[in-house]
Amino acid sequence: MSKPRTIIEKLWDSHVVHAEAGKPALLFIDLHLVHEVTSPQAFDGLRARGLKVRRPDLTLATTDHGVPTTDRTLPILDKVAAAQVAQLEANCREFGIPCFGYRSEHQGIVHVIGPEQGLTQPGMTVVCGDSHTSTHGAFGALAFGIGTSELEHVLATQCLLQRESKSYEVRVDGTLKRGVSAKDIILALISRIGIGGGTGCVLEYCGTTIRSLTIEERMTVCNMSIEGGARAGLVAPDDTTYQFLAGRRFAPKGADWDAALARWRQLPTDQGASYDHSVSIDANALEPMITFGTNPGMGIAITAPVPDPSGMTDPLERESLKKALRYMALEPGKPLLGHKIDVVFIGSCTNSRLSDLRAAAGVLKGRKVNPAVRVMVVPGSMEIKRQAQAEGLDQVFREAGAEWREAGCSMCIAMNGDQLQPGQYSVSTSNRNFEGRQGKGGRTLLASPLTAAASAVTGVVTDVRTLL
Amino acid sequence: MNKFTPFSSQFVCLAIDNIDTDQIIPARFLKTTTKTGLGDQLFCDWRYEESGEPKPDFVLNRPESKGKAIFLAGDNFGCGSSREHAPWALTQFGFRAVISTSFADIFRSNALKNALLPIIVPREIHTELFANLDWTLSVDLASQTLALPDGRRVEFPVDAFSKYCLLEGVDELGYILQQEQHIRAYESGRAGSINTLG
Repeated sequence: MSKPRTIIEKLWDSHVVHAEAGKPALLFIDLHLVHEVTSPQAFDGLRARGLKVRRPDLTLATTDHGVPTTDRTLPILDKVAAAQVAQLEANCREFGIPCFGYRSEHQGIVHVIGPEQGLTQPGMTVVCGDSHTSTHGAFGALAFGIGTSELEHVLATQCLLQRESKSYEVRVDGTLKRGVSAKDIILALISRIGIGGGTGCVLEYCGTTIRSLTIEERMTVCNMSIEGGARAGLVAPDDTTYQFLAGRRFAPKGADWDAALARWRQLPTDQGASYDHSVSIDANALEPMITFGTNPGMGIAITAPVPDPSGMTDPLERESLKKALRYMALEPGKPLLGHKIDVVFIGSCTNSRLSDLRAAAGVLKGRKVNPAVRVMVVPGSMEIKRQAQAEGLDQVFREAGAEWREAGCSMCIAMNGDQLQPGQYSVSTSNRNFEGRQGKGGRTLLASPLTAAASAVTGVVTDVRTLL
Repeated sequence: MNKFTPFSSQFVCLAIDNIDTDQIIPARFLKTTTKTGLGDQLFCDWRYEESGEPKPDFVLNRPESKGKAIFLAGDNFGCGSSREHAPWALTQFGFRAVISTSFADIFRSNALKNALLPIIVPREIHTELFANLDWTLSVDLASQTLALPDGRRVEFPVDAFSKYCLLEGVDELGYILQQEQHIRAYESGRAGSINTLG
């Protein structure tokens, strides 16, 4: 009998095009997603060498990072952003790549539309010039972010030179308490293993809690694998995965579907396979999580006090925490609960899908947002926007006093004018709380859509369980 | 790509762990469609006042930092976003190597493709460097060593292929393009099981 393998090893083995001793393996890429920000220099590289895109039929582009989330009938006012979007659309025309451009009815965040269109499937390798490509791992795909040079490699050859990553088992067992969500699982994991804890690894999320999550929830978990330093994170496919995929636009149909299903069922990790690292999380004990600092590893249970640097032994670590608290203007030992906020952002490739909007709307229904707080709700795609509107979620948000906007990355990366003012605090459902991430001088508290919506109502950091 | 040659230099240091690529080059500068002109924006939000004036006490603005080709940082340098603009900004400022105890995966990969050498040193050497800011270091990729002024040579890991590419000035795409026959064979082996948009 052959050696038991993890799903990570199976994905790797099935995509090695060529391997030579002393060289990285050549890995085939099944799906290449492209957006406007990290691709222009790669297309220039192709032109400079006179190369074509090898597999435009395995490539999809969209505009998400720099696009305004206001009225789409208007032109993009930021001339530099407009030029970048126009450049992507022109590059796609020139190289024959399908593109969901600025005004496409399918436009959306690159990591939202791949799954939505049924393009992301189990057993695939998926890359994109964006670190949150790990999102697609929710389907049992090996999905990771790449730089612009590698983007050019994939455009030209559909391959990448890669070294095999180590495997890291993340086992989550138990039942989540009311008010605790997928976002809290991943924030708890990152606060546990640290922002560099997964470096050089691919995470496999498993255990009873992960199995019970919907695909959208699994995407939230996988999305932030990179915030733990991991190259990718994935969940082995199961019936939840197949049910989500069946009937989607680019999912296999008929006999192809049956053949695909037979292949996908071979993917889960074999009994007896071993991992390089393992960690276990008790879902029963999880509380809603929130970050207090300037990286996603600086997270605490929402009821806990802000950590105190004076108790830390490593000098550089202590200085880093002090620096973070200075930037955040937070006092060690004090609770975050009740801290005044200025903005709530509900969106991003972490938490902008229909279930996230439903969760937030569930809290906001029949309530008003605090008049001192600006609340932005930014759906992950135009398709999600339409679905949400069909359910009347837009009405719930508008009546509560929140802004209901067009699809895009928006205030997660703050490239498009949606941004914090210096000194402002946001409770944000996005993935990064780095200094200035949501606008220069802005202070980000990462949390779930439930926590964000609860805090929107009260105007202060709030434990959603007090409103349920 | 130019061949990576041995060099000696003093270093510039930022004693901060987990420096993320949003600090190295903030997202608002990613609207560019070229690779150039990013050196002035390196560490922009730490480096300049609101007025745009350089902060005199920030390390990159100090006169003694000029011309130094090595950057020393805390643990886990380059975490976060995949933006290759980060190594572009560092090299355009004049850096040829970054020293840390660890690097984020995507940053390290991007750096190697832009002749910016990520040098991983043991904890005790890392601590020693922070205590000796006037040291001149010699970087020799061929022997994978960082030479300290007292003659000690600290070995650092680099994978053999990246080393070869840097030393010979070979770009990876040229190498991959030569693998066409293997790629074609792989594709035909998986005929029918590659899902296309077509």
